Amino acid sequence: MTMTFPQAALTIAMVVLGTVITRFLPFILFPASRPIPAYIKYLGEVLPHAVTGLLVVYCLRNISPFRAPFGLPELISFAVILVLHLYKRNTLLSLLGGTACYMLLVQLVFTA
Amino acid sequence: MKKKAFLAALPHCLPVCTGFLFVGMSYGVYMASLGFSFVWPMLTSITIFAGSMEFVTANLLVQRFDPLGALLLALTVNARHLFYGVSMLEKYRAAGRKRWYLIFGMCDETFAINVSTEPPEGVDRDWFYFFVTLIDQAAWIAGATLGGLVGGLLPFDTTGIDFVLTALFIVIFLGQWLAADRHLPAVTGVLCSVAALVLFGADNFLLPAMLLILLALTALRKKWNKKEGAEL
Repeated sequence: MTMTFPQAALTIAMVVLGTVITRFLPFILFPASRPIPAYIKYLGEVLPHAVTGLLVVYCLRNISPFRAPFGLPELISFAVILVLHLYKRNTLLSLLGGTACYMLLVQLVFTA
Repeated sequence: MKKKAFLAALPHCLPVCTGFLFVGMSYGVYMASLGFSFVWPMLTSITIFAGSMEFVTANLLVQRFDPLGALLLALTVNARHLFYGVSMLEKYRAAGRKRWYLIFGMCDETFAINVSTEPPEGVDRDWFYFFVTLIDQAAWIAGATLGGLVGGLLPFDTTGIDFVLTALFIVIFLGQWLAADRHLPAVTGVLCSVAALVLFGADNFLLPAMLLILLALTALRKKWNKKEGAEL
């Protein structure tokens, strides 16, 4: 740890502030007394699906198709999740199966 | 009423709890490896409660003191919450005083459950959302604290365990895909993100990707409304 305690506490407080702002701002901008504009309603309808897509890409942002292992551990684990989920529709099973597959691949097969 | 809502919420939370225990533990272990006691991951998971930002914060704490930079980084990494808030305006603003905690605790996974789940018949909606939020956060705090306590003492190789977060988002994505009859928003999200990733690189693509998604969805609004109810 390189910071003093007050410095570390202030850093965390700033992160809390930033996070709270992003969570509360829409509710402050559109209080119950003000009708939600049609455009914002439309965004509320389509954004959740788009943002989940973004989060998947965000999690996979560091894989490279041009450098070994070419994103293969992620790709194979992705396929395992896809098959498990389409076949069983059990969230927990898909989650654990995919993660176990990935751990085995990076520990035993694609060892750097 | 509360007990009924708690029992209704619990099964929806179990997959997330499992993920949170694992990822929370890896966060605790990570902070321990940087030299912090378990109190730090415990307190950050209570106060910040935004997983990826907590990992980033751990990293910030061992660098040069820069509070303004920390604020800007938190705003950027968490800007996606603005989207969540917009999606939850109507559901959450009906929740009375409970809404303060619902909004505070609206992490990715809790949002994903609450936006897509209708509480069963006879269960109070607001308490249902409240307990989903609370159970998820409790699991995260427990995982982070436990991870901070055990540190590097785990008896097996945990390399790759962080993939649980990726798997979680993939499963949520699949669930939304299977439940929706139109896939334009999901496809737009993935294509815009990949485009931003290629253009701006892994370290700087999050903000451009969000702007691109916003622009694309705005441009597609007419098309979406015209074909309301049609297959896409």
